[in-house]
Amino acid sequence: MKALVWHGTTDIRCDSVPDPQIEHPRDAIIKVTSCAICGSDLHLYDHFMPGMKSGDIMGHESMGEVVEVGAESKGKLKVGDRVVIPFTIICGECEQCKRGNFSVCERTNRNGHIAAKAFGHTTAGLFGYTHLTGGYPGGQAEYLRVPFADATHIKVPDGISDEKLLFLSDIFPTGWQAAVQCDIQPTDTVAIWGAGPVGQMAIRSAILLGAKQVVVIDRVPERLAMAEAGGAITINFDEESVIERLNELTKGKGPEKCIDAVGMEAHATATIDSMYDRVKQATMMETDRPHVLREMAYVCRPAGTLSIPGVYGGLLDKIPFGAIMNKGLTIRTGQTHVNRWTDDLLRRIEDGQIDPSFVITHTVSLDEGPDMYKVFRDKQDGCIKVVIKP
Amino acid sequence: MRYETERTRRRGHADTATDTLARGLGLFSIALGIAEVAAPRALARALGMKGQEGLIAGYGVREIATGVGILASKDPTPWIWGRVAGDGLDLATLATALEGNNPKKGNVGIAIAAVAGVTALDVYCAQTLSRESPHPLPPMQDYSDRTGYPRGIELSHGAARDFEVPRDFRTPEALRPYTQPEPSRHPQPSM
Repeated sequence: MKALVWHGTTDIRCDSVPDPQIEHPRDAIIKVTSCAICGSDLHLYDHFMPGMKSGDIMGHESMGEVVEVGAESKGKLKVGDRVVIPFTIICGECEQCKRGNFSVCERTNRNGHIAAKAFGHTTAGLFGYTHLTGGYPGGQAEYLRVPFADATHIKVPDGISDEKLLFLSDIFPTGWQAAVQCDIQPTDTVAIWGAGPVGQMAIRSAILLGAKQVVVIDRVPERLAMAEAGGAITINFDEESVIERLNELTKGKGPEKCIDAVGMEAHATATIDSMYDRVKQATMMETDRPHVLREMAYVCRPAGTLSIPGVYGGLLDKIPFGAIMNKGLTIRTGQTHVNRWTDDLLRRIEDGQIDPSFVITHTVSLDEGPDMYKVFRDKQDGCIKVVIKP
Repeated sequence: MRYETERTRRRGHADTATDTLARGLGLFSIALGIAEVAAPRALARALGMKGQEGLIAGYGVREIATGVGILASKDPTPWIWGRVAGDGLDLATLATALEGNNPKKGNVGIAIAAVAGVTALDVYCAQTLSRESPHPLPPMQDYSDRTGYPRGIELSHGAARDFEVPRDFRTPEALRPYTQPEPSRHPQPSM
């Protein structure tokens, strides 16, 4: 089959690789009908996340049709089922899964000992996302082996397009969880840093959950326009002071809820602290560029909440913990517990409350995938979300 | 000619201001080069650099070639970077004239200041051009109709207030607002 394969920093190719096989009775194989490039794939593309090996298949946002089912998954899945595959691989049986904390499933990361060394404990296995999270082949391919398939799937009905459903795999529940972590009240101002795909979903989620005011911070005109269409007030950080504008919009009190939909790769040249982070990254003295975290901690209203769906990988420098402690801020973060939210979100799609396909700007074939990584990373051609049709 | 990139609101538009600056630097280069080729002795005398007339004339040829390159090329970016490199050479050469008992050190200082000023302009121009696109970019995509709400934002705003936030995701009671007004029927965010 064809698949997008990681070979090194900014080197992703469309290669021919062996078809996946059932390796365990709980596995299933799906024929991928749609998949997408995620913003967090760019951390692998730029090699900011450790643990990739040449030959790894990329991708963790996929959906398709079940073509083969292992013996132990047959009660839950059958050939022909239409499924979205969550990016977190879950067993559905461990203590964390039973509590709904699927992204920290205790069993699915087959390299859990490596994750435990890095993070103290294992986290869930993820598709196509480094050997720290299991080294599972990803879904930017014609076929995908789904481990623990009896639990790791979202059944979706026919009659709704792939484009409307695909993002149940990651960015829609991720934006949703970011907003849910804020426990939004009708009086709340929610400020969202980053108008990429997750930021766009967080905006819509905050609107659905009834925020009084949603403000988004970015500098890419197309992304700001899409955010405005979703009901957000926009701040272009190239043109105005984020802190002054947020204080102005909240009568000097600051937003109650702040969402970091940027993560480890804040623009390296946009601010002095990010330039400083970039230099430290280059000299291996820091792994991430946490400009957004610093700004959020500073501007957030006392007793407010910082919700962090943006991906961070390692060690961060100059975090203003004095502000966080003295203002009594609550920090909520984590990879998304996808299956915890998807039944509810699928109902909202069916109900017409939201159509996540608004975010798609490019649809390409697998062959065109490698080029689209660069286009997406460099925000060329108005690129916000790339869908691949294998 | 270069074109402004997506980081500005004028993305895709020709950057005529920087192009004009580049052409101006090209003309300046030719004028300076002619002066250096035509009167190397006078320049050497003024700077206390006797014996280096040949070097000055050579630098003049370099200036003329760079200037012609800037004016004749479609994309002056590499030629402007060439000027930056030449500026470095000029400054290094002038610095050598500050050594010893050169009676014209004052003139050399003035020349260094002038070259440093032009260098700043050259660097600014080269960096701006390098950041820009050599080709016209397509017009900015218009996503102003990408709402994501099939039934309209009015109906979707607050539509998920029926969602029960799980207990482990709730804000502690003590941190909730004291008063909770009736949910607005109309969205507050700008459209």
